[in-house]
Amino acid sequence: MAVTSEVSARADRARGGAPPPARQNRTGKQWRIQERWAWLFVALPMALFALFVLIPAVMALAMSATNYSIIGDWDWLGLENYRTLFLDPYFAIALRNTAWYTLMFVPSGLVVALATALLLNRRVKVAALFRTFFYVPVVSSTVATASIWYWLLNPQFGLLNVALGWVGIDGPAWLYDSAWAMPAIVMMSVWAGFGTNMMIYLGGLQGIPPQLYESSRLDGASWWQQFRFIIWPSLSRTTFLVSTLLVIGAFQVFDQAYVLTKGGPGNSTITLVYYVYTQGFGNLEMGYASAISFVLFVIIAIFALINVRITGRDNT
Amino acid sequence: MSAPSALPPTQAATAAVHTAGVPAHTSDRRRRKGALARIGAVAWWLAVLAVSVLTVFPLVWTIITSLKPAGDILSGALDLIPETVTLENYQRVFVEVPFARYFLNSLVLAVAGVVANLFFGSLAGYAFAKLKFRGRKALFATLLSSLMIPGIVTMVPSFLVLRAFPLAGGNTILGQGGVGFLNTYWAIILPGAAGAFAVFFMRQFFASIPDELGEAARIDGASEFRIFAQVYLPLAKAGAAVLAILTFQAGWNNFMWPLIVLNVQEMWTVQVGLASFITDYATDYGPLMAGTVISSLPVLLLFVFAQRYIIEGVAHVNAR
Repeated sequence: MAVTSEVSARADRARGGAPPPARQNRTGKQWRIQERWAWLFVALPMALFALFVLIPAVMALAMSATNYSIIGDWDWLGLENYRTLFLDPYFAIALRNTAWYTLMFVPSGLVVALATALLLNRRVKVAALFRTFFYVPVVSSTVATASIWYWLLNPQFGLLNVALGWVGIDGPAWLYDSAWAMPAIVMMSVWAGFGTNMMIYLGGLQGIPPQLYESSRLDGASWWQQFRFIIWPSLSRTTFLVSTLLVIGAFQVFDQAYVLTKGGPGNSTITLVYYVYTQGFGNLEMGYASAISFVLFVIIAIFALINVRITGRDNT
Repeated sequence: MSAPSALPPTQAATAAVHTAGVPAHTSDRRRRKGALARIGAVAWWLAVLAVSVLTVFPLVWTIITSLKPAGDILSGALDLIPETVTLENYQRVFVEVPFARYFLNSLVLAVAGVVANLFFGSLAGYAFAKLKFRGRKALFATLLSSLMIPGIVTMVPSFLVLRAFPLAGGNTILGQGGVGFLNTYWAIILPGAAGAFAVFFMRQFFASIPDELGEAARIDGASEFRIFAQVYLPLAKAGAAVLAILTFQAGWNNFMWPLIVLNVQEMWTVQVGLASFITDYATDYGPLMAGTVISSLPVLLLFVFAQRYIIEGVAHVNAR
């Protein structure tokens, strides 16, 4: 009797910190050894994580209140950078271009991903083969994709305008035309990335019980009615996840704009991240660049939090 | 699920219902239904082939263009079979710019990224999944929430951390005077070595393996490291393979960070080198296309051989 209470007392003590599962009769000593091993396992990874994620995140916030520029002295500016930001015409352009990109990219990315997923949602062997074909652009890097599209979008010899010529359309100059450069980048981005979201949608589609389709068929439902009343409602959470991912990705667009247009023509493709890059590493305005990146962070955090709130509520 | 058929399960089911003892007068409707299904199947084939052409053909066309001599690229842009096949563009890529060096740099960085992420990801992932220690929950929560911070926010300060790294690149112990780790492989390897994603990914994997295995080994007196290395790690091999593939792909395709921290040309990666083509040789499509093919080759090959794991891995990660 005395022995058992001793053991359970030790177990209680052991449970003090982070409670281990109750079923084992581990002694305090073993528990301390395990804790030491655990710290050994996480020490180096966590040190790197702190050095290159946590500390920089705090530094970014602090730097956004200074005029730090790598060379020379710097002053504490408080909220001055943020005030400058809202009067900066280039920031306004970058914000507008990014919003414009997001407005075009998110709906088209969503529709293409859903349509291709519906197309491949069949239990046939060839569907897997086509899934692979559809996924090919995702594997290529943005830079390689951009080079390919640079060639496709060539105003005179590019495949796109040649093909448009066949149907009698005189294609625009795409990347050389300030009205068409951004739509061209959107087109390329949708092409390059829809495979990933298609996979998420396929996962969602496979979660719909087949009985739902069968009973609706017996009731004589058309394909459109099935989509409208079974598929689309069942996919609401997936659609939400996909659109959140698309929005978060859209706000961070950089590679395409950098490789294809360098922000041009006529500033039509300066995006927020592109502006952070040019301010921070072009003009060495590190403090100002940090302030822009913080505004971007707030925008993205809002979308991420809305996502967590809505999907979290659905879970309960 | 049952016999593979070109019809979706719903149509197959209705077809079965219609053939099972229907009165004779509906045979006409049945025939019409069959015709409709066949039209549907044809439309399906046309649609998937069209999308496949849209996704695969640009790559094929890039390869074809890269094999054409300079004169034919513009004049015969649409010729699918080049009149003359030449490797001249590939030769130029390697002669006019140090593309072989870029390739080596990319390879070293991508492989180092894989090794580091597998090592740190499984060590920390295992500790978070299977070991009990004070502060575990708080640490893991911090790690997870950091996934929400866009890369651009930590970019400028990370650059400064690398530049001011003590005793590196001519720096004093206080991190002054030199260039730190800039323009070295470390500038890419260190910040990416212990990705929060790798830790999270491996943790999920270890968590799905029962605790009892470790408990049994612990009773037998095995050390915690042995339990990790000999009991759990072999069982997590499939997860580690997927993580390795995804990390290689991400490392090879990475563009922005190498662009920032590597500004000596011989340290460039293929992506940075390729991007510089577009300004350097604005209209010289031959070498650009050849460079594109070379830069895509490793991940495309990886994809061909491991496409099942890549697609499953992506679906698995995104499903949560």
